Amino acid sequence: MANVLIGGEGRAARATRSIYLFLFPIPVVCFIGALVTDVVYASSAYLMWLHFSQWLIAAGIAFGVLAGTALLVELISSRALRAAAVGWAHAALFYVGLAVEVFNALEHTADGYTAVVPTGMTLSVIGAMLMFLSAVTLMRVPARSIEVRRFR
Amino acid sequence: MKTPITVAAASIAFAACAGSLAFDRTTQLGPNPQLPDPEHSLLPQMNVPKVTPWANGEKPTVPEGFRIEAAATGLSNPRNVYPLPNGDLLIVESKKEAKEPVERPKRPVMAFIEAKAHGGSGGGPGNRILLLRAGEAGKPERPTVLIDQLNSPFGVVMVKDALYVADTDAILRFPYKVGDAKVGGPATKVIDLPAGPINHHWTKSLTASADGSKLYVGVGSNSNAGERGMDAERERAAIWEVDLATRTYRVFASGLRNPNGLTFYPGSHTLWAVVNERDELGPDLVPDYMTSVKEGAFYGWPYSYWGQHEDPRVRPQRGDLVKSAIPPDYGLSSHVAPLGLAFYSGSSFPQRFQGGAFIGEHGSWNRPELNGYRVVFVPFQDGRPAGKPVDFVTGFIKDGKARGRPVGVAVEAGGALVVADDVGNTVWRIRATASTKQASR
Repeated sequence: MANVLIGGEGRAARATRSIYLFLFPIPVVCFIGALVTDVVYASSAYLMWLHFSQWLIAAGIAFGVLAGTALLVELISSRALRAAAVGWAHAALFYVGLAVEVFNALEHTADGYTAVVPTGMTLSVIGAMLMFLSAVTLMRVPARSIEVRRFR
Repeated sequence: MKTPITVAAASIAFAACAGSLAFDRTTQLGPNPQLPDPEHSLLPQMNVPKVTPWANGEKPTVPEGFRIEAAATGLSNPRNVYPLPNGDLLIVESKKEAKEPVERPKRPVMAFIEAKAHGGSGGGPGNRILLLRAGEAGKPERPTVLIDQLNSPFGVVMVKDALYVADTDAILRFPYKVGDAKVGGPATKVIDLPAGPINHHWTKSLTASADGSKLYVGVGSNSNAGERGMDAERERAAIWEVDLATRTYRVFASGLRNPNGLTFYPGSHTLWAVVNERDELGPDLVPDYMTSVKEGAFYGWPYSYWGQHEDPRVRPQRGDLVKSAIPPDYGLSSHVAPLGLAFYSGSSFPQRFQGGAFIGEHGSWNRPELNGYRVVFVPFQDGRPAGKPVDFVTGFIKDGKARGRPVGVAVEAGGALVVADDVGNTVWRIRATASTKQASR
């Protein structure tokens, strides 16, 4: 499916879009990964997996903030994205997911099992789901060309 | 709260803030401390006081009948004091050198906060032992360097004609005669101690048995509550007994998170220690304590605290070990960080101090309301604590800023109490004023 975020306006707009499309998957993968390592830690109590979760969440947040900034620029500059309900849904899911993971990072600082069970893992499930849905909505954002034609 | 850096963000803290504010911490002083339920907060509740140096002439406060003066100033992280029988005083300047590995994102944050609590104090050389000669009364001498280039030393003990020094990674023996200005030769290593690559609790406290045949050394844990795995804790969180004749060791007692202030009760074969308990279970858990150390005993860490209260963070759980854990003797309340212990064996303080314990409380940063930052006195009767601790040296905190933090304490041959202040970079000496002496005679 053609995508509003791939359609071209100016060169600058195209650059932001490629940056966003490059960054967006990184936090998604990190947070889903952290859910997996949480599950492994909770079932094994082997601390290395807890460390994996902590680093994955930290990296996810770092790249999530960068991606979130690019998305903000995109929201401001792209009328087509703002016009589509699914565009708002994509942004909302992404930002809420990122906020959940910030809490999750703090939760994961506890020294041991209570970093993950029960609250940490719950937050990892919620965060990973929101990110996954955000990715799904991104695929469904209508192509810009279609949008433009429809509204003209 | 005006000046301290309050990282607490109590508003985000999950639960129990109301509960902890209502908690009376004096209920944790003595043999049966009240233990609230463990708390779990999103951000650790902290209050790291800023460091501000003692202004000229400023001193800690002591009770009426005593006076305090600086025995040595301008030091570099003085952590421990060891008086010699002739009135000379050894001062151990020490700081942690090696950085801990970064296994998780929390580590650099914690390292930053811990450094802040020390105010980057003591930029000088450090990691050496100074000798402060007795000198004439009222005329402080400048300390000279007795032993240099040590590796984060802490414990010191004289046995016959030798000075034993507990570096963070080994016990060293120096030939030395009381009264000499220099050691009589280079160090020989008695035994290695657990150190790198993590070496979280690095101060190795040291004392000797009455007959001088054995040394006892405190080896603190590598983590707060076992969160670096139990492989990192092998023979740590323990007190070792080192046989000097054979240069062998065995674990004398275990489950002691960070044991310091190792001292035999005067005239007995009972070893005592003060122990720093774990953090991040709430502002009123777990009480730090003073305890007589029973041979072969297990005191719980990391699986349980104060006897058999299980720590929910530690996995896999070890019910078998928890069942064998015994409670310590005497609570000092939570996060006071006791690092020094000395029994009063002098004669110049009033009678009620005889045989009692002075405890140097380095002070908290892991609770919203500061606790510790003082030297307390615990009266003893028949070799057992008898009564609540009372403040003895206070005034280290002023307007929420730390001017000093007491660490090692000791009683000099002349009966004065000396206190190492590692943030104030001073050694303080407390004497009874003449009138008190006369009154008690």
